[in-house]
Amino acid sequence: MNIIVCVKQIPDPETPASSFKVDEAAKKVIPAQGIAPVVNPYDPQATEAALRLNEADGGGKVTVISLGPDTARDAIKHALAMGADEGVLLTDSAFDDIDNFQTAAALAAAIQKLGGADLVLMGRAAADWDMGVVPSGVAQILGVPCVTLAKAIEKSGSALKVERVLDDGFQTVEVNTPAVVSISNEFGEPRYPQLRQIMLAAKKTVQIWSAADLGIAGEMGAANRVLTLDALYVPKVESNVEIIEGDSPEEKARNLALKLRAAKLV
Amino acid sequence: MAGILVIAEAQEGALAPISAELLGAARKLAGEGAGTVTALVAGSEALAKELISLGADAAIAASNAALADGTADAWVPAVEAAISQSGADIILLGQTSLGRDLGPALAFKFNTAVAMDCVEVKADGGKLKATRSAYGGNARAEVSFKNSPAIATIKAKSFDGLAPDAGRSGAVSTIDAAGTPRVKVLATTKAESTGVRIEDAPVVVAGGRGLGDQSAFGMLEELANLLKGATGASRAACDLGWYPPSQQVGLTGKTVSPNLYIAIAISGASQHMAGMAGSKNIIAINKDADANMVKVSKFAIIEDYKKVVPALIEEIKKLG
Ligand SMILES: Cc1cc2nc3c(=O)[nH]c(=O)nc-3n(C[C@H](O)[C@H](O)[C@H](O)COP(=O)(O)OP(=O)(O)OC[C@H]3O[C@@H](n4cnc5c(N)ncnc54)[C@H](O)[C@@H]3O)c2cc1C
Ligand SMILES: Nc1ncnc2c1ncn2[C@@H]1O[C@H](COP(=O)(O)O)[C@@H](O)[C@H]1O
Repeated sequence: MNIIVCVKQIPDPETPASSFKVDEAAKKVIPAQGIAPVVNPYDPQATEAALRLNEADGGGKVTVISLGPDTARDAIKHALAMGADEGVLLTDSAFDDIDNFQTAAALAAAIQKLGGADLVLMGRAAADWDMGVVPSGVAQILGVPCVTLAKAIEKSGSALKVERVLDDGFQTVEVNTPAVVSISNEFGEPRYPQLRQIMLAAKKTVQIWSAADLGIAGEMGAANRVLTLDALYVPKVESNVEIIEGDSPEEKARNLALKLRAAKLV
Repeated sequence: MAGILVIAEAQEGALAPISAELLGAARKLAGEGAGTVTALVAGSEALAKELISLGADAAIAASNAALADGTADAWVPAVEAAISQSGADIILLGQTSLGRDLGPALAFKFNTAVAMDCVEVKADGGKLKATRSAYGGNARAEVSFKNSPAIATIKAKSFDGLAPDAGRSGAVSTIDAAGTPRVKVLATTKAESTGVRIEDAPVVVAGGRGLGDQSAFGMLEELANLLKGATGASRAACDLGWYPPSQQVGLTGKTVSPNLYIAIAISGASQHMAGMAGSKNIIAINKDADANMVKVSKFAIIEDYKKVVPALIEEIKKLG
């Protein structure tokens, strides 16, 4: 299949709370010292899904798209080193501070410029804004169906069979291609790029497109957001912890049990 | 016209808890001048009447069987019909399997925005303003909407429902609109749940990666059973295959707010906290005194859980 995977570069979502800072006036996260940005953790899983589908099929092509600053090239390189064939970087100052809805429009325009695909794979959400709307949006703009939160995906004749995660269980669905599918963490570990592949990836092409190349310059820019960011801040958490002491683990356990009883919690 | 449309949900013929919570949020907005509250639910008029008793001014039962599978394709025309009937310019959904898909589908259909997983909403001059967590729970974002309708999905347990009052009155109607799903549901499997549902449990005992192996969950279940609670897990523990994903607590798992949450060998990453920070009393058992979970807890024991948990079980049994 001709598959397009969308990958986003984000601040490391495992940044400890103590290193996480916000510039409230600029309504922006201040990059944490010494913590490099990473690929949104679900996105390599989407790349993995693409590679496995084509491996099972014995052919096909995987193109990776990322919209972001110049450093987002690293997110594309990572997917290429996993085995994807080509990359497209959407980078332009017109993309600064756009919302997820504009991002969906830009990604859909890029997919159309690439001539479409049999399947577009994405992550279930980008772990910066935690929205989870771009897959649905790209599907809507392209006029194709969307299946979210996939934990397994396989070809079934001319259609795709997808097992997806529900709040209280799982669901198996069938959808015709072309389609957009978003991948959830239950999909499992993505492969780790090997040195040889990292070297091969250096030779793969990464095209660079601007908003004008996509014909959407007029819709981009923070002024055209449909979701306005009014404020961004770090919520305050107070610590009032009482550490339960004791000479032995057993005594600590007893003291905790007594405290819990006194507080009518057990 | 202005007003709020709530997309209520039912499970096995009864209203799901999120429906009352959504109506709680909608009544707050109505009180702030956002107009009247209309609730839409797939199912019978009896369910719609129940929504009136929970605070809706009007309720619509969507009778089309295609809605049962919960596909956005089927639901969008039903919501469109409800919007034209009610004139709503604010739509509230739950951050549930349905809302996660339907919220964005509606937003892109109507060329507007959806704010996902909101923890607070308010009406400011009739306009929706929403607060949501971002960056895995490390940050809060306040957002507003350029276009209409304004759409928000609401995080579970963020709002209290009203006490049902059969004396409330309101118009109940039925619609039959539904779209044709392009996604065909072949099978739906419910997660095996033994005992109390984790979302409803007054006590949750949860374990993390620090447990070191799957078998330790037996000990946690014993403690949970003793306290008539449920057992949960961090995503790290679920991803390792130690516990079912349906019991995962956090941003991408369940939201719980029990009276007592006992976190055993869980560090307290922001994404985990996003699912349990509303717990009334947090207890941490952790080797590391600097763990975030310890900082947010009421009581903590700094110790190897293997030495503490069995003793704690015995001590609680002794208390009778
Ligand atoms: C997009 C995204 C979404 C996520 N969603 C979720 C989510 O929904 N839920 C969730 O839980 N996580 C989620 N995470 C993962 C989250 O960031 C953390 O990685 C995860 O919560 C860590 O799990 P943990 O606390 O069990 O493990 P760790 O962080 O490894 O902590 C283990 C803890 O055990 C303690 N410990 C070790 N040995 C012992 C011992 N013998 N006795 C006592 N204590 C011991 C350690 O001191 C440590 O505090 C998400 C991450 C991302 C990026
Ligand atoms: N800037 C971006 N570049 C490439 N892909 C993106 C971008 N933003 C979002 N996506 C894709 O959409 C998914 C969901 O993102 P979101 O809807 O923003 O939470 C991500 O996992 C990516 O696959």
